[in-house]
Amino acid sequence: MVELVISGNYAQSYAAKLARVHVVSAYPITPQTSIVEKLAEFVASGELHAEYIKVESEHSALQACISASALGARTYTATSSQGLLLMHELLHWAAGARTPVVMGVVNRAVAPPWSIWTDHTDTVAQRDTGWIQFYGESNQEVLDTTLMAFRLAEHPEVRLPTMVTEDAFYLSHTVEPVDIPSQEEIDRFLPPRERSATLEVGTAMRLGSFTGPDLYMEFRHKIAAAMGRARDVFLEIEDDYARLTGRNHGGPLPTYKVDDADTVLVTMGTATTTAKGVVDAMRADGHKVGLAKLRTFRPFPVQELRELAGGVDRIGVLDRSFTFGAAGAAFTEVAGALYSLPQRPVLRDFVAGLGGRDITATTVREALLDLLTRDGPEAAWVELKRRDGGD
Amino acid sequence: MKQYEVEEDLPEAPIATTPSDVIHTASWRTFRPVIDLKLCTKCNVCWKFCPDDAIGFDGVGFPVIRLDYCKGCAICAEECKPKAIAMVKEE
Repeated sequence: MVELVISGNYAQSYAAKLARVHVVSAYPITPQTSIVEKLAEFVASGELHAEYIKVESEHSALQACISASALGARTYTATSSQGLLLMHELLHWAAGARTPVVMGVVNRAVAPPWSIWTDHTDTVAQRDTGWIQFYGESNQEVLDTTLMAFRLAEHPEVRLPTMVTEDAFYLSHTVEPVDIPSQEEIDRFLPPRERSATLEVGTAMRLGSFTGPDLYMEFRHKIAAAMGRARDVFLEIEDDYARLTGRNHGGPLPTYKVDDADTVLVTMGTATTTAKGVVDAMRADGHKVGLAKLRTFRPFPVQELRELAGGVDRIGVLDRSFTFGAAGAAFTEVAGALYSLPQRPVLRDFVAGLGGRDITATTVREALLDLLTRDGPEAAWVELKRRDGGD
Repeated sequence: MKQYEVEEDLPEAPIATTPSDVIHTASWRTFRPVIDLKLCTKCNVCWKFCPDDAIGFDGVGFPVIRLDYCKGCAICAEECKPKAIAMVKEE
């Protein structure tokens, strides 16, 4: 183990190197580019023995990974925003073909207006593609989760592509000390991929065979069942990783000071760190508030949320995206997960930080104070610049 | 061909071990192209424009319609300069 001061992007690169990926294929896009640039350096210097496939678009980058993965290779790619949107068709292909591709995504706002700053719309818009999704809070968590993502994706009970996201610039281009496990440790944790290839070299086979209405549903149910198993498999993997490194990031829904909380804010990504400071300050003022972080968005931590919601009066969701015509994506998911509870907490949605606007301690504090004192409106855009003051 | 009835019979990933041309995709054709070889100049334009790769060639270079795949779209007939292709209603 060594400690390096690196960006979230380099945390992704080091994780892919430690995973001994066989194939990397990617197309540059801000703010992702330095992930695959670093991997290109590793390949060029001989530190990583991988095929580095240069392609003309993100669509082709993911196709290259799907094909290599179907033949049994461990594959990695990375992208952001418009690049992820261009991959959309292939995201479905990767999951449908059950290829355990691992992808780093740097969360970046979607154009227009053009923006390079963070926002979760790009990845939450991919929630129906069959990919497992992790959202990172720190560079260390990004590295650790990426390593765990390979084992989860390739697990015979799962076999689903997995993305590990990080907020643009807050993580992608900000450096912090990161413990890098040794190659020997990771070789024990993540052995070479088992021979579970879909295709076989030398045998004529096709991916995505034509399937009629008689059996299409059954193929889709296989994906649903695999996604359902992913939660328990991930908990085992994280336990194993914690034994190896001493670090456990808390499963699909890590919580902060919720034991006696009557009010809980649900967060995603880097805003969580800011919100922890706000919770500490508000607790000093006598408010019983706590946090729950959506670390996995797929599979959605329904079970954990229901257990949490049973004991609290109010739940707010801090959404860094908005589903036009409805509410924030995380809010709609949280509301859906909790509706069947016999006693439901008051639910509020706080949309903030779109297009990289800072979610400051004040932003979170105002949202929490609003949550503590009002039952509505259901969805509020926080700190919106309007003459009438918003809502 | 292996028969599948329920989910448990299926492979994890939807793979096929036969080429896709075993599926004959033209059963619903309404008009079929018929080539008048006396007018055909072997220019290959019909083959170039066929959107479904449903045109091949015989031993001397005349186009042959693969009726298992031709959906009768008539693009070949439209593009044929000497008007050698007629669209004939299926019985």
